[in-house]
Amino acid sequence: MLDLRKEVDALISSGSVEAANLRLAELWRNESSAASAAFLTSRYEQIRDKLPLRPYRIVFLRSFTVEPAIPLLRASAFVNGIDLTVHIGDFNAYAQEVLDQDSSLYKFAPDAVVLTVRTADVAPDLWQTFADLSAEEAAQASRRVSNSFTQWIRAFRERSQAALIVHNLEQPARPACGIFDAQSESSQAGAIRQINDEIRRAAAEQRGVYVLDYDALVARQGRLRWKDERKWLTARMPIAADQLLSLSREWMRFLAPLTGRIAKALVVDLDNTLWGGIIGEDGMTGIKCDAEYPGAAYQALQRVMLDLSKRGILLAICSKNNLDDAMEALNNHPGMMLRPKHFAAMRINWSDKAQNLREIASELNIGIDSLAFVDDNPVEREQIRAALPEVMVIELPDDPLEYAATLRECPAFERLTLSAEDQQRTALYAEQRERAEAEQSFQSKEDFYRFLEQEAEIAPVLPATLARIAQLTQKTNQFNLTTRRYTEQQIADMAERPAWQVTSIRVRDRFGDHGLVGVAITHDEDGVCEIDTFLLSCRVIGRTVETALLSYLADGAAARGCRQLIGWFLPTKKNVPAKDFYAQHEFQLDQQTSNGSCWSFDLQRQTIPCPDWIKLNVLTGVHN
Amino acid sequence: MTSTAFEQVRAIASDLFAIPAEEITTDSSPETIKTWDSIQHLSLVLALEEKFQLQLSPDEIEQMTSVGAIARLLENKLPTAPK
Repeated sequence: MLDLRKEVDALISSGSVEAANLRLAELWRNESSAASAAFLTSRYEQIRDKLPLRPYRIVFLRSFTVEPAIPLLRASAFVNGIDLTVHIGDFNAYAQEVLDQDSSLYKFAPDAVVLTVRTADVAPDLWQTFADLSAEEAAQASRRVSNSFTQWIRAFRERSQAALIVHNLEQPARPACGIFDAQSESSQAGAIRQINDEIRRAAAEQRGVYVLDYDALVARQGRLRWKDERKWLTARMPIAADQLLSLSREWMRFLAPLTGRIAKALVVDLDNTLWGGIIGEDGMTGIKCDAEYPGAAYQALQRVMLDLSKRGILLAICSKNNLDDAMEALNNHPGMMLRPKHFAAMRINWSDKAQNLREIASELNIGIDSLAFVDDNPVEREQIRAALPEVMVIELPDDPLEYAATLRECPAFERLTLSAEDQQRTALYAEQRERAEAEQSFQSKEDFYRFLEQEAEIAPVLPATLARIAQLTQKTNQFNLTTRRYTEQQIADMAERPAWQVTSIRVRDRFGDHGLVGVAITHDEDGVCEIDTFLLSCRVIGRTVETALLSYLADGAAARGCRQLIGWFLPTKKNVPAKDFYAQHEFQLDQQTSNGSCWSFDLQRQTIPCPDWIKLNVLTGVHN
Repeated sequence: MTSTAFEQVRAIASDLFAIPAEEITTDSSPETIKTWDSIQHLSLVLALEEKFQLQLSPDEIEQMTSVGAIARLLENKLPTAPK
């Protein structure tokens, strides 16, 4: 390791900061210790200005010595592209710091604050003298501490917009009442658990307040191994030296999502990663993937990947293999928990993996820096690190039984909140891929459209769809004729006006539900219906849904007595796909200005038929 | 490759105090290394405990007055030469 340190110093003095950065990351992978952390932070401080690091300010409010853990956290943050500036509050001054608007906490203007208090300090009666307490006194103590936490959390949120990470309270390794504690209705463990429940509730009340399950962390590592009584008594340092790394890693799991250093997709290799053995050589009966040793290690990894996909992390495959061999295993191997439908993109070929990763990122429409890559082969990992330093290459241990745990502990997969869409994202991408594959197998577009069995549901604005409609006007760039951005309030106002119609379209087909994917806004004036907004999410472009929606607008305008339907195309850098929309539907070009072109359609002489392969359902009169 | 306790202590001290290993001798101490303050002393103790998988008592920590003293302490404390 000394050689690697010398190499880093040589690279820094020759000005090769990018190379030094890669070597520092390698050093940290090989040796995460107090000593290497000190080395990393001192070297990163020399080159931080020349690297694209995300600056982040963090405060620790504490009742014990946290200082020795900070270099470990800073080193790990540097390696993950984050330049941490740390401020540590005075011993046991956390309550004043939170409550006093002028405290050094708020003056520091942090991005995040960690509140870490020992059970022994905040609840000495529950920790030290629990055996003396009556049930009522114990309950009272529990309420007192819960109320303090609730008060601190609320006060903090009134004074700062920073994220707040609250450590919950650890349980004693040896309860005051011995084994009776587990039998007792008013137990020491129960009293502390109650406080932890209340901390969680108080955190959930506020935006951006999160609980770090310190009790679970200590339990995971082992309560007896975690503490160092002598250091506590001599240096107010309660945590054993070899546990500080685990604590810094737990903090890092919060910092990754807080700073956006997260992976949106996990790309995996197949042979000896997703299953044991090599499918091209060992065949279906030879590869290992089942409930026994050694196949269980691979099933465990697949289970983690399923869990990650429920967090909205897309799964993808990048493997050097014959496509048919690999698909046979993915489709038919009885031990596989993951099937082709779980993967949003696949590159199974003999091409360069770096090129395949680039293609996967572009297919999924995410940045290369949002990819995490898992491969059992250290040579492949090293090649990706060299060719695509933005990709998060996960270092796998030698033993496949440890693969699952490695993925579970990777900060890049952590999320602090989850939306319904996150949980369905993999399914949406997989459906999209199945559609694209199906499209290839049809001779004519029309046959493909018929095969899709599309159903469109057209509806006015509803309270439940208002947010989605506004969101679509704000973020749809490609198939958007006028690119007018509207807030929810503006959409609601337009829907109220009698001459205006705000229409949404939902689409589903044989592969699944696309959800609400299109919006049209029109208004009538003197027998002319003008299309103010017409947009479609890129998920459904090219499936003739746009014709169905336009047909509905034309029929509606004619029914209201309009003679003419008109619409503008306002070109932007991104809306080329919508450029010929009106011409394709036999609108006449009326005028051309520097802003765009205006098109008209004679409703008295022409109609726009809805494609007969789309079943149109119109919901009306369902306001509120 | 095996290295002596002194070499290992020197490597850790070099990382923690951000000075080249070659400049550290058995006589190096808080008096000669200006970054060796009380917080760094605690960090050094913790780094040694982490590295050698042992716990140092308050008495032992008090004896850690120089790099040479630390190396001798570790040699006595560890049954065989540290790997």
